[in-house]
Amino acid sequence: MTNHVIILPLIVNLLFSIILMFFWRNINFQKLFSVIGNAIGLGVAIYVFTHVYQNGTQVVEAGNWEAPFGIVFVGDMLAATLVLLTAISGLAVSIFSSISVINARLRFGYFSVFQFLLLGLNGAFLTGDIFNLYVWFEIIIISSFVLISIGGEKNQLEGAVKYFALNFFASMIFLTALGVLYGLAGTLNMADLAGKVQSIENRTLVDVCAVLFLVGFGIKSAIFPLYFWLPASYHTPPSAVSAIFAGLLTKVGVYALIRVFSMIFEIDVFLQNLLIGLGILTIFSGGIGALTHTNIRKVFSYLIICHIGFMIGGLGLFTKVALTGVVFYLIHDIIVKTNLFLIAGVIYRIKATTNMNKIGGLYANYPKLSLLMAIPLFSLVGVPPLSGFWPKLSLILASFSEAQYWYFGALIFGSFITLFIIARLWSKAFWKDQPEFKRERKFIYFYELRPFQKLQFIMPIMLLTFVSLYIGFGANHIQELSVRIAEEITNKDLYIKAVLNP
Amino acid sequence: MKTIILKTASNYLLPVLLLFSVFILLRGHYLPGGGFVGGLVAAIAFVLDAFANGLQNTKQVLKIHPGFFMPVGLAIAFLSAISPILFADLPLMTGLWAHEPVPVLGKIGSALFFDTGVYLVVIGAALTIIFTISESA
Repeated sequence: MTNHVIILPLIVNLLFSIILMFFWRNINFQKLFSVIGNAIGLGVAIYVFTHVYQNGTQVVEAGNWEAPFGIVFVGDMLAATLVLLTAISGLAVSIFSSISVINARLRFGYFSVFQFLLLGLNGAFLTGDIFNLYVWFEIIIISSFVLISIGGEKNQLEGAVKYFALNFFASMIFLTALGVLYGLAGTLNMADLAGKVQSIENRTLVDVCAVLFLVGFGIKSAIFPLYFWLPASYHTPPSAVSAIFAGLLTKVGVYALIRVFSMIFEIDVFLQNLLIGLGILTIFSGGIGALTHTNIRKVFSYLIICHIGFMIGGLGLFTKVALTGVVFYLIHDIIVKTNLFLIAGVIYRIKATTNMNKIGGLYANYPKLSLLMAIPLFSLVGVPPLSGFWPKLSLILASFSEAQYWYFGALIFGSFITLFIIARLWSKAFWKDQPEFKRERKFIYFYELRPFQKLQFIMPIMLLTFVSLYIGFGANHIQELSVRIAEEITNKDLYIKAVLNP
Repeated sequence: MKTIILKTASNYLLPVLLLFSVFILLRGHYLPGGGFVGGLVAAIAFVLDAFANGLQNTKQVLKIHPGFFMPVGLAIAFLSAISPILFADLPLMTGLWAHEPVPVLGKIGSALFFDTGVYLVVIGAALTIIFTISESA
């Protein structure tokens, strides 16, 4: 009896994207089936997660070719967790898209491409072959090009070109690194590489290769000198699109960095200093960038960069405590960042702008909604019982015990600057009185919507907020899970054994 | 480009090229060729027809929108990829083969259906792109 469980998420995504393609012109059908597909996807992801949680790492050999020769799909705890998070964000964004994205955009196969994007993400998390990882990355970026440029507004295309150019460049570097690695080791299976790379004599070339991977994934995950495409493009597409990008696209880069630097390359002193240094600079540049902007979506874009720095630095430390923090932060960040951009979408629907200076009085007009929005905002800051607090605790603990005081300082700085930015946002958008309000014609405001349409806007935010609250208040479960994942990351023999000796 | 020579020739070339594309699709399993190349050849057949007789005429020959080939092809490829899970309890994308060879076609397996899916997707994608460009130009 072969066990197919871990490829089920891929099958569901692909199946629904094909079904949606058949009904290219029927938008109402697409809306309904996209949400149904993502709901089924969530169910399947929960099943995969519990299956892996109970039975340990699962391996599927595609085409029945044995491990180092064929392509394998490996569902370890990290992959299963990320698949689950992808499914949660996917469902939320799917519901949100069905109301917030205008029909003229949906007519170009929006939902079908959206399912392809989720397929690419799930594939990237589940694959055990590094060239196959590249292929999934291609699926992700091609889908994201379509999503970011559907609509064809001028500033949107400007953002899309920047996004396209840099991501393509990153893929090229990734492919070059793959070529070098294959030339050195003669294999592309990650478990096989883990054993073979250590015995290569030409260490200089191995280091060069490691840095090439770092640059390639670094561009994709927006770390320090290579982040500028992100704030230039993420505020241009519809909020639903930026939400899924913010939640998952940069995180898949972080995931790839974690995989590559735990499985294939060992983090030596040079790489450690490099990663921690980059982490610190990323935190600073993201934090300071966020200070200088007043467009809410731009501020959130810079905050993504700032918090990527937390994870990169933590990966550089590479102790069990630090990795626990990184994994916990990843779990918390995917949910919260998706939610933030959905919130920005709702604020835009209420006020027809996302410029902080031009809006105000949200709390006076929508007290319940504002309180709902407060939860993810303050989870991001890391106010103690909420979800952002616990991973920072692990990261700070690890940085202190490893005597990395610069990183420690950067973590504190990053947390304070996030607090400052969110407090500024809160006081400007929610507490300040509404400045002179000019009604836009031809814009459907939030209060004009029917109750069901309002629910479609609010429900995804409620779903993600609920998950955030669970991460915060059920932190012991998530901490337990993160410790288990960190153990799997540091002890790569388990992964290798699962893949090569089934 | 409306010369009488091209027009007359294209009437004969369309079926010949389509037949050739199917030949390339079928020989692809052990020899150079396959779904992708075959699909491109088939797409070229229709593009040549569109050059000679005009886009409207080719659309009438095709009868359906070329974009429709894409989901059909994807569905065929998808079914052939999951067929080992459904029928034989083998991992995804394992090749299933018929025991007896079929005349003309040779040995038939799930790989052939996968290739057919690719063939249709390539026709659909290439024709959609070219038709859209030539309509807007």
